[in-house]
Amino acid sequence: MLEHYLSLAVKAIFVENMALAFFLGMCSFLAVSRQVSTAIGLGGAVIFVLTITVPMNNLIYAHLLSPGAMGWLHPSLAAYDLSFLGFLSYIGTIAAMVQIVEMVLDRFAPPLHAALGIFLPLIAVNCAILGASLFMVERSYTLAESAVFGLGSGIGWALAVIALAGIRERLRYSNPPEGLRGLGLTFMLVGLMALGFMAFAGVQL
Amino acid sequence: MAKTRDALIDPLFNNNPIALQVLGICSALAVTTRMDTALVMSAAVVVVTMSSNFFVSALRNQIPTSIRIIVQLTIIASLVIVVDQVLKAYLFELSKQLTVFVGLIITNCIIMGRAEAYAMQNPPGMSLIDGLGNGLGYGAILMITAFVRELLGSGTVFGTTVLPLASEAGWYAPNGLMVLSPAAFFIIGFLIWALRSWKTDQVEAD
Repeated sequence: MLEHYLSLAVKAIFVENMALAFFLGMCSFLAVSRQVSTAIGLGGAVIFVLTITVPMNNLIYAHLLSPGAMGWLHPSLAAYDLSFLGFLSYIGTIAAMVQIVEMVLDRFAPPLHAALGIFLPLIAVNCAILGASLFMVERSYTLAESAVFGLGSGIGWALAVIALAGIRERLRYSNPPEGLRGLGLTFMLVGLMALGFMAFAGVQL
Repeated sequence: MAKTRDALIDPLFNNNPIALQVLGICSALAVTTRMDTALVMSAAVVVVTMSSNFFVSALRNQIPTSIRIIVQLTIIASLVIVVDQVLKAYLFELSKQLTVFVGLIITNCIIMGRAEAYAMQNPPGMSLIDGLGNGLGYGAILMITAFVRELLGSGTVFGTTVLPLASEAGWYAPNGLMVLSPAAFFIIGFLIWALRSWKTDQVEAD
């Protein structure tokens, strides 16, 4: 049983890395990877939010949206299939959770709130967060599996963004062709990193 | 008239959402291994950007500023649900191949970005044009990437054989890298390089 979860986590962190294998969360991935310190802040926030929202959306899907799921409320409701409302519910949950997390952190952990700062609101529109929820539904994970999957993809994304920021900090001392400076070179770099991460393909525990 | 033309043409080269503004790369690259999926994805994004810009702009005087993000997200999510249902009804095979990426149009930063930056300040007609222009700018990059990847990766264009494969008694040995994810990054990197060598004012100072 434990091996199953470990294997799922390793798969989410390395083999099917959110950023490098599925291109999710690219906007903030490229925009916030100029410095290692901000990358760590954003990475932390993503791990945090993913670990909460994926199991949350799993509960919503399993008990409200999937075909016949509302049977527990009233037998006559069992005939409904609300899965077409998925997108709207997931993005709503994510936006609400981000808001709640921000308020809770502001009240109980001000230093952490100050460190995450502007990144928290931005996370609501980070594709990696919504993507993880959609993958969870697509692959029909259980509640425990989706918690592990959320945590794993968060760690994988954070790892990728911190690594990219480290490389970009060093790149400042190089002298690339003018048209390649900034964005162009970053794309090539991410491509090379994705190649590196492909070495993990097929790894199973 | 010139203003309308600028709103439509500008996002294609001068202010391309992917190449210059770094928006909307999220859900895009994974669908560019084949041209037909890329075309459906571009069409879906053009429809959603246009209509979300139109509706956000039509409601812009009613939306309270403090909750505008949630309102915009709700409008966009509803439009994406419509697009998704239409795809499932008429193009079921392709919508299966696009998997979660149709849903991810919701978090495509181009759509949010245009709603926030343009539609909130401009009348519905102009916003519609602006959405069309930005959708097309996004689609152009997507189609170029998909063309290169499909041609070099499997020797076909829209599924029609152009370069006969060596495995099927032709002469072309396909480049396996093109079908994998890193290739998309390299191609877009080269595209940006080419675009910025042509339009030198887009070069970053850093």
